Amino acid sequence: MIPATFDYARPQSTDEAVRVLAEAGPEAKVLAGGQSLLPILRLRLSFPELLVDLGAVDALRGIRQDGAQLVIGAMTTHHEVVHDPLVRAHAGLLARAAATVADPAVRHRGTLGGSLAHADPAGDLPAVCLALDATMVVLGPQGFRTVPAAEFFVDYLQTALRPDELLTEIRIPAMDGWGFHYEKFQRVAQAWAVVGVAAAVRPAQDGRGIAEARIGLVNMGARPMRAHLTETALTGADGSEEAIGRAATLAAEGTHPPTDLSGSAEYREHLARVLTQRAVLAAAGTA
Amino acid sequence: MTDQLTGQAPGREVGRARTRKEDARLVTGQTTWTDNLTAPGLLHVAILRSPLAHARIERVDVRSALEREGVVGAFSGADLAEGLGSLPCAWQVTEDMVLPEHPALAVDEVRHVGDPVAVVVARDRYTAADALEDVLVDYEPLPPVLDLEAALADDAPLVHADKGTNRCYTWPLVSGDYAAARAAADVVVRRRHHQQRLIPNAMEPRASMAVPVPATGEYTLYSSTQIPHIVRVMMALTTGIPEQKLRVVAPDVGGGFGSKLQVYGEDAIALTLARRLGQPVKWTESRSESYQAQHHGRGQIQDVELAATRDGRLLGMKVDLLADMGAYLMIITPGTPLLGAFMYPGIYKMDAYDFHCTGVFTTRTPTDAYRGAGRPEATFAIERTMDELAAELGLDPLELRRRNWIRHEEFPFTTVAGLTYDSGDYAAATDRALALFGYDDLRAEQRARHENLDPVRLGIGISTYTEMCGLAPSRILGSLRYAAGGWEAAMIRMLPTGKVEVITGTSPHGQGHVTAWSQITADALGVPFEDVEVMHGDTRVAPQGMDTYGSRSLVIGGIAVHEAALKVVAKARKVAAHLLEASEDDLEFADGAFSVRGSPEARKTIQEVAFAVFAAHDLPEGMEPTLNAEHLLDPDNFSYPHGTHLCAVEVDTETGKVAIRSYVCVDDVGRVVNPMIVEGQVHGGVAQGIAQALYEEAVYDDAGNLVSGTMADYLVPAAPDLPDLVTDRTETPATSNPLGVKGVGEAGTIASTPAVVNAVMDALRPLGVRDIRMPCTPERVWRAVKEATAAASAAADAAGKEGPS
Repeated sequence: MIPATFDYARPQSTDEAVRVLAEAGPEAKVLAGGQSLLPILRLRLSFPELLVDLGAVDALRGIRQDGAQLVIGAMTTHHEVVHDPLVRAHAGLLARAAATVADPAVRHRGTLGGSLAHADPAGDLPAVCLALDATMVVLGPQGFRTVPAAEFFVDYLQTALRPDELLTEIRIPAMDGWGFHYEKFQRVAQAWAVVGVAAAVRPAQDGRGIAEARIGLVNMGARPMRAHLTETALTGADGSEEAIGRAATLAAEGTHPPTDLSGSAEYREHLARVLTQRAVLAAAGTA
Repeated sequence: MTDQLTGQAPGREVGRARTRKEDARLVTGQTTWTDNLTAPGLLHVAILRSPLAHARIERVDVRSALEREGVVGAFSGADLAEGLGSLPCAWQVTEDMVLPEHPALAVDEVRHVGDPVAVVVARDRYTAADALEDVLVDYEPLPPVLDLEAALADDAPLVHADKGTNRCYTWPLVSGDYAAARAAADVVVRRRHHQQRLIPNAMEPRASMAVPVPATGEYTLYSSTQIPHIVRVMMALTTGIPEQKLRVVAPDVGGGFGSKLQVYGEDAIALTLARRLGQPVKWTESRSESYQAQHHGRGQIQDVELAATRDGRLLGMKVDLLADMGAYLMIITPGTPLLGAFMYPGIYKMDAYDFHCTGVFTTRTPTDAYRGAGRPEATFAIERTMDELAAELGLDPLELRRRNWIRHEEFPFTTVAGLTYDSGDYAAATDRALALFGYDDLRAEQRARHENLDPVRLGIGISTYTEMCGLAPSRILGSLRYAAGGWEAAMIRMLPTGKVEVITGTSPHGQGHVTAWSQITADALGVPFEDVEVMHGDTRVAPQGMDTYGSRSLVIGGIAVHEAALKVVAKARKVAAHLLEASEDDLEFADGAFSVRGSPEARKTIQEVAFAVFAAHDLPEGMEPTLNAEHLLDPDNFSYPHGTHLCAVEVDTETGKVAIRSYVCVDDVGRVVNPMIVEGQVHGGVAQGIAQALYEEAVYDDAGNLVSGTMADYLVPAAPDLPDLVTDRTETPATSNPLGVKGVGEAGTIASTPAVVNAVMDALRPLGVRDIRMPCTPERVWRAVKEATAAASAAADAAGKEGPS
């Protein structure tokens, strides 16, 4: 459990971090909490030549409101996200899901940006940010650009970030008035989700039906995904158990879940349907 | 005649929930884990392990590793073979048992993933780890051997080609006429149970440090072991280092659960390297290395048959076991399943018992003792099958047990397996558990959920277990062909200031012996608890011992301490009588002081006596100036804790998830020295048993790779995954020792697994589910429900009726 040799840099600013990354080339890795990266290094599954530790870049931490958006610094820890009043008020789904990440020790070290940039489809937060229609703010040698969540997660452990780019902020539209629920199915509390379903529901004006629903799926393919067919079926649906149940039967359409020790692909597809129904029912009930 | 505190009355200390003397040091990090130790000139060892389950080693080339800066040595198995014998197996269970060679470092062939093939020694551990990547090994793959039944076929590929078979042994235990019992039976229930392989997962992985004194040929081996005394003997035999030149120290040891009841090749490698290089060396394993290379537990297929009358009286039991030995026989690999052989009949009376166990070699990590060692498997088999018999007979599973268990007034009772249970009260423990559990209310709720077709079903599981503790009477071990005895040693030193040193041959690694032995000693000598120091785990300090495993420490080692203390008092009595000019018979001993009966002002405290003996100015004629005493205890019988565990589970039939709703355990471990320690043992044991039922499994793929190779895939449950336990005790003292104690180290693990699985099955049996293999994972439960539902509806269709909704 000893990593191979690597160099280590601890930049003090985002500009310096980007400069170090650009100079190092593709063999550099960003250390943004290390809760996934360090185990990978210790198991010698990855051999980066340089670790760029963002721990000293204070500008990357913190949560603020910018008009109708929440802006979360990439190095904000899960613990801070869980307990932040702005997140709780305007993006409760994120706070709820972040509270289920691993255990307290991991939540104090792990960061939102680190989790998103790692892009593990079994991670809780990529699918949640997808369901929240978050926007990633990215800094590179040419300056800032923004990437919608839907375009950010490219493949298994792959994002739209280039090697010399840094995820700096996550912008989340405030979802006041939406109901939400995160249904995580795991074998033990500290384990990754076998399947997770993040649901957000905007109630119709009459207060009974569903105007709009967004559903993010965890661990149902190489990247986090949305259950688009279920979302469409729920748009304008009445909020009855039957209607939600019917829509949930579509939740696994188009997914390609893995088979591993926690469950087969067939079982995961089944779970996606059951958990989607439960998540949407709960979300509709909390609006 | 004795005026000591004996089993007749609880003492001032025995029975008290003392906080542990060990903990202040342990929880504040003032510890001496082996990996914390260092020595001048220390070198670091890393071990290259086989990535293949089975292969011939064509070539090991360490040259480029030697070129790396900081590397001082690199060795293949052939390089180290000289002067290093085969690793020991101490249990030749049958005369014709197949015992393969087991080199500490593989020479010609690797036989499981993790089998060591080369070692690198470097000035720091980082260089050693890097240099492993420089070692080149050419393997010629051989077929893996993984399936226990297929391995016994005539044309099966062989784990040890020179032995001509994968069958290690077949061991019988036959009592009564099972064929007759079966013929007379109204009902015969036959079931196959799978005991999945488990990884023991002690908190501290293994570490060894070997320190040589080249000028004298002396060696000190520091090892994270449960058995420093046995390691010393075995390492002397394996390495050729004369026993008197070898000191073995078990420093602070962070758990074992049997996984450190072992004589590992890594200890032999460390000593050999220290001898070759003339410098101290240290090796510490990683968790994933431990998963591959530390022995595993369980790994059995059990074919179990119960024969009974229509009114539920057991007539006989038949057990055919296939036990996975893994690739090699380690210290008690072949004997581990046989430790359960005597326990399959459990707490029940029957006329006939027919047991056969066949050990099978496979290309997996060797198996050996894991908490309970044979007895959890036996208890699972009988308790699971009793529930199946109850279902077959339409009887409440508790009622079936009541009709067959040994009644309190029948003790001592010799079972069909030949053990004599000294004491027990199964009805009392069960009644207490039922009262705490609310059995009738839960049964009512279960019926209601069934009638309402609730997707979440309720199930109740019962386990009325017993176990054999206190391993073991030496004559029994001898009759079972085990190489050593089962005694334990204790010595007590009375210091001049009246303080006390206790030297024990037990080797605690989390059990709290320092506290418990202090309590026993304080009562026997009448000295304050704080005045007692307990020393252990170093063959130079505690020269004799048989170490800690098999719930033996209290019932043998603790009683040895008690007996040694009584000898101290007997010596002190002579001195006190001399000093008080009284007859020994006229002295009373109470609260640590001798007084003359009838004249209480004429008294000497034991501390005063201790100083008088130290001064030695005026001792009885012929008496040596010491109160010190030692006692070696060889028990006459095992002890037999028992109890009743009740578990209620909720099973979500839509997802397959099992949630434990409530868990009650009432254990009877006899007299209790420290209730808090007992409580901790029960909690930890139950957690490990639940883990087998629901979570843990060492999974191998078809190529023989350990797929559950890290904690991400081998699921050890943590506090959020476990229920609140309701614990209670009944106390039926053991009659085999003066304190009436029975031992508690394994009870929870033995009892809990069948309670949980019985509960899952009880929830799902009405749906037509017949069995679910452990661990009862959500997917397995979901599939079982799905298949049973499909079968039920197909059957209903065939019968032309409406299927269940």
